[in-house]
Amino acid sequence: MTIATYLLGVFSALLTLGVVIEMLRRRRLRERHAVWWLLAGTLALLVGLFPDILGWAASLVGVAVPTNLIFFVSMAVLFLVSIQHSAELTDLETKTRVLAETAALQQLRIEELEKSIRKES
Amino acid sequence: MAGAYDGRMPSPFDGTLIVMPAFNEEEAVGNVVREVLGTFPGIHCLVVDDGSSDATSAEAAQAGAIVASLPFNLGVGGAMRVGFKYALEHGYANVIQIDSDGQHDPVGVPALIEQLATHDLVLGARFAGEGEYSVRGPRRWAMLMLSGILSRLAGTRLTDTTSGFRASGPRAVRLFAAHYPAEYLGDTVESLVIASRASLTVSQVAVAMRPRAGGRPSHNPFKAAIYLGRAVMALFIALLRPPVILPSEASTR
Repeated sequence: MTIATYLLGVFSALLTLGVVIEMLRRRRLRERHAVWWLLAGTLALLVGLFPDILGWAASLVGVAVPTNLIFFVSMAVLFLVSIQHSAELTDLETKTRVLAETAALQQLRIEELEKSIRKES
Repeated sequence: MAGAYDGRMPSPFDGTLIVMPAFNEEEAVGNVVREVLGTFPGIHCLVVDDGSSDATSAEAAQAGAIVASLPFNLGVGGAMRVGFKYALEHGYANVIQIDSDGQHDPVGVPALIEQLATHDLVLGARFAGEGEYSVRGPRRWAMLMLSGILSRLAGTRLTDTTSGFRASGPRAVRLFAAHYPAEYLGDTVESLVIASRASLTVSQVAVAMRPRAGGRPSHNPFKAAIYLGRAVMALFIALLRPPVILPSEASTR
């Protein structure tokens, strides 16, 4: 490994972590959504700083080509984030639907109240 | 507040609310409402305008229905939830769902109400002898499979489980106001699963169906196959979900 690739690994990990933390700071990202990104960024930084960890981890789980472990872990993280997003989307759809139902019922109630007030006056 | 009992002459239909989910049905809905209100004087009819872009709301209101308008389209399930919640808030005991396209003949309503005396949920079934209605191909297989499994679950013979002509008694109204499924096919298939598992009693009566007043039913075999697939999925997901418990009367009033 050349010094250039070493620096590339470290800097991209730092950049990812930097973006996630900055978004958290500006409240553009909520903690529970950031957990996976923080985890992935920290892992990338560790492996970037100490490349030997990767070889050790790969031999530990029996992966012959260490790079494949990176691909596997990244895909797993993306997969989990994606499932989390689907779940959140379902949650939001349910909430929107209940709001729509409530809005329709309240609109109807307002109209009925207005009608009965007009009748009285 | 204007409710089910506002000092008129008592009628056998007091306490019964007709709920019609309507999506872009400006041509049919007015006549269907007028027919229902004319056939059963004193009955109340709530049209839930499911985010229509046409004059559905205005037509229904002009025909004498109470109209609730959803801000956007939620599907039949979402529209029916509005109906059940309205019924619960205003003290209606029974809810009868009728399609706003004129497919359901309101002469079936008294038979449904009568059956509510002994059952919590009554389906108006198309294939139980009355009326002219036939289906073929994958759509028919889907219906046979659904009725087989759901009959077993409900402990009674149900031949037309996807019927949108149905009556809910007080217990069913309470259950559905909180737990009516809003997904596609959930309003018919999953609602039966939920009701059976909350130990509500289900029954069916034969009703006549008319050809739709507007539009045409689809006979596309490809669409029918997709329908079969979605029906199977809806049913099995419904069976996988944990059963819901009938909310107590105190918690909903």
